[in-house]
Amino acid sequence: MIRPHDSIIVQTLGRFIIPIVQIFGLYVLFFGQYGPGGGFVGGVILGTGMILSVLIFGHDASRSQYARNVLHGDGVGMLIYAGVGGLCMIGGGEFLNYADLEIPGLETASRRSLGIILTQIGVALDVAVTAVSIVFSLSAEEIIEDSING
Amino acid sequence: MIFSYEILLLLLLLVTAAGAVLVKDLMSAVLLLGSYSFFLSLVWAWLGAVDVAFVEAVVGAGLGTVLFLLTLFRTAPKDTRLRRPPPSLVTLIVFPLLGALLLYAASDLPGFGDPNSPASVHISPTYLEQSYEKTHTPNVVTSVLMDFRSLDTMVETVVIFASGIACALLLRRHE
Repeated sequence: MIRPHDSIIVQTLGRFIIPIVQIFGLYVLFFGQYGPGGGFVGGVILGTGMILSVLIFGHDASRSQYARNVLHGDGVGMLIYAGVGGLCMIGGGEFLNYADLEIPGLETASRRSLGIILTQIGVALDVAVTAVSIVFSLSAEEIIEDSING
Repeated sequence: MIFSYEILLLLLLLVTAAGAVLVKDLMSAVLLLGSYSFFLSLVWAWLGAVDVAFVEAVVGAGLGTVLFLLTLFRTAPKDTRLRRPPPSLVTLIVFPLLGALLLYAASDLPGFGDPNSPASVHISPTYLEQSYEKTHTPNVVTSVLMDFRSLDTMVETVVIFASGIACALLLRRHE
């Protein structure tokens, strides 16, 4: 159980920094095809932003509500990744060969580019949820129970 | 070949790694390990592996430190002080030998950036040439990870997912 931090400096800085961290995470995630970064790092940065809000504002704050709700998404990232692989198999393609995605009007290279983006989103979701989930496992037991029991 | 920046960074790496091992307080050891990861990410970036540097900085210096600290906060205060026994005779003999063996083997490694090294002639040229043409992805690291080798990455994602599940099952126990 983490209580809110007392210091006004930490609280104010947290309000200022957390949105920047989240936006930077999204930037790293979607810019991963053109520069350094990608799904894994983007997911860790997104998860770290949520962990930061839990560490600064405590488990009960409304700002941490988002991180708590995210816990229900465990496995969604995996589903997206494997789902894209399964979509490639529709129409006789190979598993995870994005060139076999059945999207009319897209050339092969663009299909593969789209597949890379989708799977990166899957990896990022998986990593972010896992990071938040481990932090919640380490720090709060009663909160988890409340969250799961509704 | 070796520049003064590199020597400085490697010295910092040695100092922080030795400090993390030798320090008496677990809290200081965790923070030293975080700074070690940070210096290591600088070394990766210096060598041109920017993606690896990114992961090292974010995971090693950021997330790993937070997880270590949260673990420490859940343990009793008496557990965070360390009293180490002196190293045994076997350790003192075997590890210098192992180090010497590794140094001896390292002299056979290809030079940094050598275009004729085995890693650069096998399949890397294919990836480098075809990455943009086949996937419209200028960052070759991303296209290799996510397209050419995407089955590997999927199983890595499964590993991360499984680690999250394992943590939840082990730590969220209720009497």
